[in-house]
Amino acid sequence: MHVFTDPDNFDAYVSGFLWILKLTGASAVCALVIGVLLAAMRVSPVPVLRGFGAAWVNVFRNTPLTLVIFFCYFGLFATLGLSLSQDLDLNIYWLGVIGLSVYTAAFVCEAVRSGINTVPTGQAEAARAIGLSFAQTLRIVVLPQAARSVIAPLGSILIALCKNATIVGTIGLLESSNIMKDLINSNGDAVIPIFLVFAGTFAALLIPTGYFFGWLANRLAVKR
Amino acid sequence: MRMKRMAAVAAVAGLAVAMTACGGDSDEGNSGTGAGGIVGKAEGQKKLVIGVKADQPGLGLQTGSQYEGFDVEIAKIIAKGLGVEESGIEWKTTVSANREPFIEQGTVDLVVATYTINDERKQKINFAGPYYVAGQDLLVKSDSTLTGPDQLAGKTVCSVTGSTPAKRIQENYPDARLQQFDAYSKCLPLLENGQVDAVTTDDIILAGYAAQDQYAGKFKVVGSTFSDEPYGIGLKKDDTDGCEKVNEILKTAAEDGSYKAAWDATLGKSGTPAPELDTTKLTHCGAA
Amino acid sequence: MSTSSVLYDHPGPRAKVRNAVLSVIFGVALLGLLYWIYTRFDEANQWESWLWEPFTRSTTWTQFILPGLWATLKAAGVGMVLSLAFGIIFAFGRLSDRLWISVPAGAVVEFFRAVPLLLMIFFIFYGVPFLIQGPVTAFWAVVIGLTLYNGSVLAEAFRAGIRAVPGGQSEAAYAVGMRKNQVMRLILLPQAARAMLPIIVSQLVVLLKDTALGYIVAYPELLQRGVNDLAANYGNIIPAAMVIAVIYIVINSLLTWFAGWLDRRTGIRSFRMPRQTGPVAPANAAPGGDGTVAEPQG
Repeated sequence: MHVFTDPDNFDAYVSGFLWILKLTGASAVCALVIGVLLAAMRVSPVPVLRGFGAAWVNVFRNTPLTLVIFFCYFGLFATLGLSLSQDLDLNIYWLGVIGLSVYTAAFVCEAVRSGINTVPTGQAEAARAIGLSFAQTLRIVVLPQAARSVIAPLGSILIALCKNATIVGTIGLLESSNIMKDLINSNGDAVIPIFLVFAGTFAALLIPTGYFFGWLANRLAVKR
Repeated sequence: MRMKRMAAVAAVAGLAVAMTACGGDSDEGNSGTGAGGIVGKAEGQKKLVIGVKADQPGLGLQTGSQYEGFDVEIAKIIAKGLGVEESGIEWKTTVSANREPFIEQGTVDLVVATYTINDERKQKINFAGPYYVAGQDLLVKSDSTLTGPDQLAGKTVCSVTGSTPAKRIQENYPDARLQQFDAYSKCLPLLENGQVDAVTTDDIILAGYAAQDQYAGKFKVVGSTFSDEPYGIGLKKDDTDGCEKVNEILKTAAEDGSYKAAWDATLGKSGTPAPELDTTKLTHCGAA
Repeated sequence: MSTSSVLYDHPGPRAKVRNAVLSVIFGVALLGLLYWIYTRFDEANQWESWLWEPFTRSTTWTQFILPGLWATLKAAGVGMVLSLAFGIIFAFGRLSDRLWISVPAGAVVEFFRAVPLLLMIFFIFYGVPFLIQGPVTAFWAVVIGLTLYNGSVLAEAFRAGIRAVPGGQSEAAYAVGMRKNQVMRLILLPQAARAMLPIIVSQLVVLLKDTALGYIVAYPELLQRGVNDLAANYGNIIPAAMVIAVIYIVINSLLTWFAGWLDRRTGIRSFRMPRQTGPVAPANAAPGGDGTVAEPQG
């Protein structure tokens, strides 16, 4: 454990996980918003929107996240000139948030769409019968009911997102995977304790999160 | 702190020795010559596994199934000196972070991969050479006015995550903005379109990139090195015989002109004359 | 998709016009954005012919992309087979009545689900050799990492699937005198595997994409060979990344399509996930051997 008693190493460890948490937080919000919009597009009456939603899901779900993040840096920033901050690290951070969000949104969209499918058709039929439009049907009647059955899959997506945040390290953010690599390279004798500390921190963050979402999903489940 | 470091390093060395001992046993079983280390293996099996870089033009570049570059030529000279034909060499791609593990675990017999000799690494493995002395430098656009690391304040420098050059920038030039990637090949397009102001690593590596066809005339190496990076040939910690033999081969290569030929066929193509191989500076192979 | 049409009425004349207008507006905006991206890439000289010319040479394909693709498929293939085995074993482990089996199995699954694959592969390559006193190749580091993670996810999926099989199935099996082992193997697993097929396949797509993380231990997979190494030779990193992205999308779409085809071919699913809504299919949908449902993925 001598590795982590060195204040420099300990600070690096903490800052690595802070980046992971910040990436996860911002991306989770963005991905949820984009994902729900995409799901709405995929069930909408406008064919172009349906096609756009389907294309988004197929492209991002089938591309490795490493490549998505790569394109955020080399496409959005280096070629299209999208600079999100003067600070080098913050710029990478926001590019990473974009990459994680558009990627995760594809999975959120599919989860929400299958959630919509679990709502009994009578609900939507009744909504239409009283004269609600598509947007109203979706917003007032279907999505609130779908939300309950989507909680468990969204929990898994959030957990995957937190772990995927380590991939932003490939464009130079010093998050926990890069910090772990660094510590292992300079402390070759303590490979196993270093790994256990990093893996343990992820486990301590994510296993309770998983149980929390499981509990929430059970509590809110609709008995049909 | 320092004491703990030393103890830690000693522990690793201990493990390494234990592991090489295991590896040695199986080698003896295969070759039947009874001698461990690369000399025995080269004599017995007429085969060597050599680790080289795959993404460094001019030094070690994988072009399909072939590897080419100065490091690769040096490796061929050593193999030949050990009595192994070119067909008996199995090339293995190494990256900076896996060179020590590859040697310690016996994945490769030799590493010739822009491998700087330093004390930390010497605790784990043995070095022959140096066959070249590089130095950290900057690669900039040909019209850039940057002349050295002192002017880096506020400028963006690109390097490889966790590498020694990147760490040196962080420690000695904290005002520079450091962009890190997993490979240098990602830094170059950014240098080309101005997103980064300089790429930093050893001068010889930078020269290799600058000399590539697609970048011809676009970049220049600044030429004021700010470190010494003696490139060695890595082998197992306890293989003193092998290390001495490699040094002998290097000495011969310097005398009979094959060292110069290796340079001229690779990095020398850009017009840089071959350096003099200073054979008095060769390592003692951990013997004394 | 069947429910989506329930969300809105059959478009009348006004709705048709409105939809058409929306389509045009959105379509034009989208095309405009794409054109803008195209011109910006053009200004950055990304369409210059020397950047793309390497892809017309056969050596680029035979020496970089295809070997990389083969390495990716090899790691993914072995990883898929091992993950499925791992998933089945640990799903049964967690469902065991014996605490000394179910608790450790649960702990293993929870742990490997929570650790990022990047860290896992890195540790297997650099840390495990200290434990086993011998080398771990990059290939096995990638495969074992993929197996531990995806196997754990599949274990959870199988477990949920097995628990979702209607209770009458196992009751009937016990009634005809089967032991727990037989009930699991002959009754529950085949039905669960069939119902979980979509989840299994999407996890296998994840697995295939995750082979890209092999770069961290220099495993020469598609991303490493096709983007990093290719760009080191030709200096065309953005075009290379585009070509490789297309290859990934095509392969993964094929995998998804294959799963859909398989799903249709294997007949009507006996029940739906996650909640049983339809009638339970006749018993002839159930038998088919425990292995046959899952194995074609390998």
